[in-house]
Amino acid sequence: MVLAADETLRLDANFIDYALVAAYFAVVLLIGFAARRRVSDSLDFFLSGRSLPAWVTGLAFISANLGAVEIIGMSANGAQFGMATFHYFWIGAVPAMLFLGVVMMPFYYGSKVRSVPEFMRRRFGTGAHLVNALSFALAQVLIAGINLYLLATIVNALLGWPQWISLIVAAAVVLSYITLGGLSAAIYNEVLQFFVIVAALLPLTLIGLHRVGGVGGLIDSIRDSGNENDLSSWPGSDLSSIDNPVLSVIGIVFGLGFVLSFGYWTTNFVEVQRAMATKSMSAARSTPIIGSFPKMFIPFIVIVPGMIAAVLVNETRDLKAGGDPGVTYNDSILLLIRDVLPNGLLGVAIAGLLASFMAGMAANISAFNTVFSYDLWQQYVKKDRPDGYYLKVGRVATVGATVVAIFTALIAANFDNLMDYLQTLFGFFNAPLFATFILGMFWKRMTATAGWTGLVSGTLAAVLVWSLSETGVIGLEGQGASFVAAGAAFVVDIVVSVAVSMVTAPKPVSELAGLVYSETPKEVRTDPDAHKLPWYQSPTKLAGISLVLVIALNLIFR
Amino acid sequence: MSTAHNGQDAGQAQATGGKRTAGAYDVRTVIAGLIGFYGVVLVVLGIVDYGEAEAAKTGDWNANLWVGLGMLAFALVFAAWTKLRPVVVEGGEAVEDPTGGSDTAGR
Repeated sequence: MVLAADETLRLDANFIDYALVAAYFAVVLLIGFAARRRVSDSLDFFLSGRSLPAWVTGLAFISANLGAVEIIGMSANGAQFGMATFHYFWIGAVPAMLFLGVVMMPFYYGSKVRSVPEFMRRRFGTGAHLVNALSFALAQVLIAGINLYLLATIVNALLGWPQWISLIVAAAVVLSYITLGGLSAAIYNEVLQFFVIVAALLPLTLIGLHRVGGVGGLIDSIRDSGNENDLSSWPGSDLSSIDNPVLSVIGIVFGLGFVLSFGYWTTNFVEVQRAMATKSMSAARSTPIIGSFPKMFIPFIVIVPGMIAAVLVNETRDLKAGGDPGVTYNDSILLLIRDVLPNGLLGVAIAGLLASFMAGMAANISAFNTVFSYDLWQQYVKKDRPDGYYLKVGRVATVGATVVAIFTALIAANFDNLMDYLQTLFGFFNAPLFATFILGMFWKRMTATAGWTGLVSGTLAAVLVWSLSETGVIGLEGQGASFVAAGAAFVVDIVVSVAVSMVTAPKPVSELAGLVYSETPKEVRTDPDAHKLPWYQSPTKLAGISLVLVIALNLIFR
Repeated sequence: MSTAHNGQDAGQAQATGGKRTAGAYDVRTVIAGLIGFYGVVLVVLGIVDYGEAEAAKTGDWNANLWVGLGMLAFALVFAAWTKLRPVVVEGGEAVEDPTGGSDTAGR
């Protein structure tokens, strides 16, 4: 991700703004200390003792994803492509979140596994588990480094702090609250961060709209600038880089909406971990479903500011008109903050942005230390130690991951493109994962060998399609290439898994209880008290409401 | 930032037979405290420091004042919610108020 290098972005922060930012950091550290008093065993540290209410984990669920890439990237897309960017939320996130809550969560929560890779091990044995756990752990450390790098870059651009100082300060803050309070502290901070981000972005959107003359004024300005396309979300040819409107719609619905988003939201332990920290099956299932409500309205305070910047901020308007003002689309939301927020609100906005960037990193690290301690260390290095031992391993892993993240951030600072490629590649691990999980959950005949061969061949298929498009052998570019690569990974994974299952021996049926739909007694995958819950705590009813709302949003903003 | 200490005392004061409210450990208290603090600062700024420079940025709208008031209202709602439906801690485990209903205001 490239930002303007010079002082274009420098914000005029004064004492009050710094005080507001400092207040936020003080609260973050206090949460770490408060949570420490309650951490008594390793389950408490890694899964919050399975005690949190659903609205808390639901907000944490989307906050974990509301990091630097989301806010900077989606407002940039808003400035560049306009309303088509809504697809990342309404097509590319909400349906998958509902599917996770309604269909898949009963297996994750009901089987009492402590991580997504652990589910993999119980269903498919160590081959698939090792592939999953290693690729996940590696990806998390590298992505944490990328988040850290973005954080330092932005602090440097906004406030003028040297990059290495912001790197170390940010890493130290994240490290202290996770080592102190474990997942509880991470989740509580994510909930707090959600409200600070809304407190920063909602006024930004309202003031921005006021400046351009309201919603009507924004629409007129976009029309006048000759970007009529930005006002419709379908067929989204600019976004998908697929010219044919029919193929573009298919690409968005199948590639983004089905394979990429289901792969990400349903198998990514960073997300699923938040739901595992709840106190009951109903609360676990409700977590992503409750999260889907704020998720569907976040685009209005992330994408709309990008669209406002494209007509209000001089530099972004020049860029959009084909000029070269020395900024990129990634600067859009920062430039809008510079232009419209007075001191005071500016401080809230800086606190909100820093909160979001730290949360991204904290989520990666708290998921990493769980997988490292339970899935790698306990499984393959030192088995059968007392619980306190793994708690200690988790804390050491957190420190180690943070140090590695600092070095990753330094590498990212020197090889910007390399990091972009790596991030794209890790995205490809998710697509075949979803295929393997969904097949494994509903088809008891699927074998252990099929588990890992499917994963590996699916990932290779994605990498192959992606390299072919990068080298220009097939005529696809940008998002279109990712959609097709993910689709190929999904299809190849299914085909290979079915073929291999036909020639290898399945696991005995007795070992599949809790892991496969047909072998799981109804009591294990449902909440015995479910019928006593009012409608607003019932996962399926909430999911129905969410689905109706998101379809309505798609129709209104088509 | 003294809320944590006050609330912690309050939480222990309410202890009765292994059951007590989460007090300051309730994340809603923390949210209400921080957003309320931001609200106070912004309202004061909006009153004492609203000049031409600010008006030019926001398009003649005292944004600090009005957003600050909005934050204060939000903080009050959260504080009231925490007060009316406290999280009860039982044997180290957080349990929601048996009267339920704590999920509706979350969104």
